Amino acid sequence: MGRLSSTSSCKVVVVGAGIVGAAVAEALVEDGHVVTLVDQGPPGAGATAAGMGHVVVMDDSPAQIALTGYSQRLWDARSPGLPAAAERMVCGTLWIAADDEEMVEVRRKAHFYHLQGVAAEVLDAARLYAKEPHLRPGLAGGLLVPGDSVVYPPPIAAAMADVVRQRGGEVLLGKTVTSMSGREVKLADGTAMECDFTVNAAGAQAAALCPGFDIRPRKGHLLITDRYPGYVRHQLVELGYLKAAHETTEASVAFNVQPRPTGQLLIGSSRQYGANAPGVDHQILRRMLDRAIEYMPVLAGLSAIRVWTGFRAATPDKLPLIGPHPDDSRLILAAGHEGLGITTSLGTAALVADCLAGRVPAIPLEPYLPARFLTGVTHAG
Amino acid sequence: MPDSEVTFTLNGRPAVAAAGASVAVAALANGVKTFRRSVTGEPRAPLCGMGICYECRLTVDGRSHQKSCQITVLPGMVVQIDA
Repeated sequence: MGRLSSTSSCKVVVVGAGIVGAAVAEALVEDGHVVTLVDQGPPGAGATAAGMGHVVVMDDSPAQIALTGYSQRLWDARSPGLPAAAERMVCGTLWIAADDEEMVEVRRKAHFYHLQGVAAEVLDAARLYAKEPHLRPGLAGGLLVPGDSVVYPPPIAAAMADVVRQRGGEVLLGKTVTSMSGREVKLADGTAMECDFTVNAAGAQAAALCPGFDIRPRKGHLLITDRYPGYVRHQLVELGYLKAAHETTEASVAFNVQPRPTGQLLIGSSRQYGANAPGVDHQILRRMLDRAIEYMPVLAGLSAIRVWTGFRAATPDKLPLIGPHPDDSRLILAAGHEGLGITTSLGTAALVADCLAGRVPAIPLEPYLPARFLTGVTHAG
Repeated sequence: MPDSEVTFTLNGRPAVAAAGASVAVAALANGVKTFRRSVTGEPRAPLCGMGICYECRLTVDGRSHQKSCQITVLPGMVVQIDA
């Protein structure tokens, strides 16, 4: 990637104050750019508020482990500076193998993590139950990835927006963007903002502002319980989760339970295409909870406090779009992070900042370039 | 003991309450002032008495977060307050 900017300080408008857009805006003000961050709502109120806040290294493609691994190192480095409300807890992820077939996958996964320099420990059944005694009997074992963590994302996005303000940037909230190019962002109130670069970090709505990219909303449900300290100690995910996450047509559910520092349990997860209404779908919720109770029967006796939904921004190849628009090199995309946007927000922000500064990024940008989806056009970057 | 009273266990000790009383009333009658703690550690006690405010939650027969104003105290019931 060549240097995009001709001057050291550029005027940049970032559309979307979810954790991705907020992290990008923060990284850009820290590079000395003049940044305006725009959103129709408060920071972190969209998909950012509907994610579990699981900061996880995912290994389902080399490009995904590169971005999630890089991002996790950035989260670790950032940890001391996070606000208390971020509630960061390094509880690790415990991937659960239901049978011997899934234990084969556990060993493959462990080997792959080790090759990437990520700590991971194979657990047999006895050691699995020693770590998580409330899991149902009869499971085969699991894989503990101790470096994974959990955070509460909305206050982190808000803190990033505060940094933008403190460094002289502007944060425009309650403003709907109607169109954008690399030189201009237009608002519904008629305002046209001229600039040197723009960033589309509008999540599931990114494609409405940049037609031609296949970024689709993928609905998810979450439930949070009352406080039950000690019931669960790690972020628990069934190994079948990856299969469910990669299912592209049917609605899918997976066992995914997270302990919060308050003792509450956050229970997921569901994935639906084509469901555009934000209301709770009780049939999907039932399936999601049945799955959770199947793995952890005691969950059936706990009190739920709240259920909510959100829309992930899903791409066909499960990788985000990061980098210049192939037809407009001043328009940078930072969208399509699906279920990994909390984790990969920091890596994305660093890559976008490197892009504008002409720095060599810490990981290759090529797998995430938006040009991969618009065929027949010359890459203009 | 007359039929109009029940004996239950409150924080590991035997306690007596009027038959038909709610667990909340039984606990109050036995001198309990703090039923639970908020997430920031503030003391909480029954407020509405009709199952809406959730402030009277305590552990009944091993089940935590039970609304004590909505449960009738029974002989042998084990009531635990972790506040």
